[in-house]
Amino acid sequence: MMVPKPASSWARLITTGLLRRPSHPFHASRSTIAPVRFPSSPSCGPFASVLRERQFCSSSSSGDESEDHLDEFLDFPGAKVGFINKIKFTAERPQEPVPCFRVLDDHGRLIKDAYMPEVDKPLAIRMYQNMVTLQVMDTLFFEAQRQGRFSFYLTTFGEEAINIASAAALNNDDMVYAQYREPGVLMWRGFTLKEFANQCFSNVADYGKGRQMPVHYGSAKLNYPTVSSPIGTQLPHAVGAAYAFKMDQKPLCTTTFFGEGASSEGDFHGAMNFAAVLEVPVLFICRNNGFAISTPASEQFKSDGVVAKGHAYGMRSIRVDGNDTLAMYATVKAARKMAVEESRPILIEALTYRVGHHSTSDDSGKYRKGDEMQHWKTMRDPVLRFRRWLEGEGWWDTDAEQKLRSDARNEVISALQSAGSQMKQPLTNLFTDVYDTIPRNLIQQEKELRSTVGRHHEDYPSDVPLY
Amino acid sequence: MAMAAAAPTVPICHGRRASPCSSKQVSVSVSVAMRAWASKSSSLSSSSSKSPRLVAAHATAVATKEAASTTSSSQGGHELLMFEALREGLSEEMERDPKVCVIGEDVGDYGGSYKVTKGFSEKFGSWRVLDTPIAENSFTGMAIGSAMTGLRPVVEGMNMGFLLLAYNQIANNCGMLHYTSGGQFTIPIVIRGPGGVGRQLGAEHSQRLESYFQSVPGLQMVACSTPYNAKGLMKAAIRCENPVILYEHVLLYNLKEKIPDEEYVCCLEEAEMVRPGTEITILTYSRMRYHVTQAAKTLVDRGYDPEIIDIRSLKPFDMYTIGESVRKTHRVLIVEECMRTGGIGASLRSAIMESFWDELDGPIGCLSSQDVPTPYSGPLEELTVVQPHQIVTAVENLCGKK
Repeated sequence: MMVPKPASSWARLITTGLLRRPSHPFHASRSTIAPVRFPSSPSCGPFASVLRERQFCSSSSSGDESEDHLDEFLDFPGAKVGFINKIKFTAERPQEPVPCFRVLDDHGRLIKDAYMPEVDKPLAIRMYQNMVTLQVMDTLFFEAQRQGRFSFYLTTFGEEAINIASAAALNNDDMVYAQYREPGVLMWRGFTLKEFANQCFSNVADYGKGRQMPVHYGSAKLNYPTVSSPIGTQLPHAVGAAYAFKMDQKPLCTTTFFGEGASSEGDFHGAMNFAAVLEVPVLFICRNNGFAISTPASEQFKSDGVVAKGHAYGMRSIRVDGNDTLAMYATVKAARKMAVEESRPILIEALTYRVGHHSTSDDSGKYRKGDEMQHWKTMRDPVLRFRRWLEGEGWWDTDAEQKLRSDARNEVISALQSAGSQMKQPLTNLFTDVYDTIPRNLIQQEKELRSTVGRHHEDYPSDVPLY
Repeated sequence: MAMAAAAPTVPICHGRRASPCSSKQVSVSVSVAMRAWASKSSSLSSSSSKSPRLVAAHATAVATKEAASTTSSSQGGHELLMFEALREGLSEEMERDPKVCVIGEDVGDYGGSYKVTKGFSEKFGSWRVLDTPIAENSFTGMAIGSAMTGLRPVVEGMNMGFLLLAYNQIANNCGMLHYTSGGQFTIPIVIRGPGGVGRQLGAEHSQRLESYFQSVPGLQMVACSTPYNAKGLMKAAIRCENPVILYEHVLLYNLKEKIPDEEYVCCLEEAEMVRPGTEITILTYSRMRYHVTQAAKTLVDRGYDPEIIDIRSLKPFDMYTIGESVRKTHRVLIVEECMRTGGIGASLRSAIMESFWDELDGPIGCLSSQDVPTPYSGPLEELTVVQPHQIVTAVENLCGKK
């Protein structure tokens, strides 16, 4: 008769077994979750025989083979598992939340023994310049919206490190599917301040031809599909694009950004599941910034944040300090390498804080304390923190800072002025691009519209060209 | 105009979305194409291509008694069922273009719930014929993302009704992203699957999604009804740069017909002349076509001369063919399977009235399904959809008793 082993030693066996797999600083470590074993190689699919399981998927090495119950398997098609003869519920959360990877402390000093990515001076300075420019752009564009120059804006305050460091760690040919709080990725890849302003003003130079709200940027050239408002729809898009890359055998990955609120959407579930099942190279970068408009993260899910969900889908995951530029850079770089070389998806939860309001339509003072916002804006600012590190390295100083900020400010103001003074999109572009070529019914509608506009010229805005 | 890619052996279909002045030229060159097909001559010069084997199915409202869309050739051709025709079309396109892939539930080894992709996963591999977990919104989203990256996915909904789950992706991204990106990203996706009222499948499996999607800008919609047009529309939809929804009908999969051996592509925007006539224009599509043709037998016996047009293109409507017909007959009856409220018939009626009011001798009739969820019980289900005797009565009312 088989002597069942107590659950805890079974758990120990499993976790030790896991740790004995090829060691990698990024594998999941501790967990007190009760044992369900997953085949360790893709060849052990759900239809593999029990015997095959034992040969290839045993989690223990030589020492523990004497254990009786390792020979006992239940081979259901849905899972091949050992069994336990006591009722044991898996805890709703691990005893400790997944720890958060960081390299710099809150004052920008290198943490002892921290894993340090390879970042040289030019790269570091370029990252910092982009972070500052992003901050300045956000400040002035927000003000422009408040002055009524365009109708809507949303800022990336507090998440500059996530934006820029991720972009810096990716390849320019990687497709990036953004939510809306990631203009920094575009900025890194070369989108100019004028191009940002053109889109916000929906003027004649806007690549989107005036069809999308401000901050819904897009650039085929920079591999950044146009932002689409519905939350989370970009997640399956990214998986599809990764599927295409894998089919074409391109050594690229796709990256998709989303807030922690988006992890409640059905598309998050579908995309994560698909990515894991299909084994495609996609990075899911969650900006857990604490708020989905007014809904705090504590009301969004009951799991240990978003990182815990990776395990549920069979996906590798990591939690990182999103306000630590170096940690973000290191994490995305490592994740990208894994994604491309091993053709697997990775979930990255970047913890951060949404310093600004959700958007210009929101007043976050209504649901959070002013001093909390102030604290994160000043004491926990990722830009300042990185600056401290740069200064510590001797790569930056006050003069450089002043010059950078003043230059950025002037460029942003000039971009706003230039974009604001241009004509709006012409009437023709109301009807183009609905299809590849304009269909008969739209030609007809355009004709009717033109004749109406012609008759009532004074009732239509004068800065809309009628060609 | 939905022109196919300019490869030398690609047959080109002529649509009428081209510039206004070209419609006359188009119909001339395509009727030449028709004669060429009928006489099996192999070379043909068309307006822009050196294609040696141009075969286009063109619906003309010119009064000939030959059905322009079905094969009447006695020289070859092969017989198959509609689901096999869809399979053939899809297979040809997948062979022709390695970017074409199929995404859906059970499409791989299982061959698809209606066997449209049977044998594909051996032939094209399980990556190009991708079995997905059950998440319609997500795999439609995946297809959209892959289309933006250069693939040409064909998404199969196991039943069209399930694609209601994909409504967000279809309405907010699929139809929209080409426009909102300023033309930077195209979504050459095909979404297809069986829909319509079957035999006692219950309400959830009897959805008519063309009602719900017809309003989404940026989409094209076509409904196939014969093996010939099923294959042709499948190929055209895959080659089209716009997102296309191809509506198949559960009850038509086993229709048998002889189709040409040569490669051909139907035109997405064109209607199909089923029976030329003079007295009344009956507009229909998909399964109702067969109820109409059955009713037509009775009508002809009673001395009526109905013109039957299978509109095929649900978005946009082929107002040219429809208009020519209305100018001839001055009476219109629409027979559809959508529900009375908000269906294709409702839109079509409105479009015809707007454009051809002066040509009409009377109100446009519209026979639609009842505004009820489709019951499971057989007799009740029959009562919800339009039956041939109702069509006969409607024609008699519109044309006067004989």
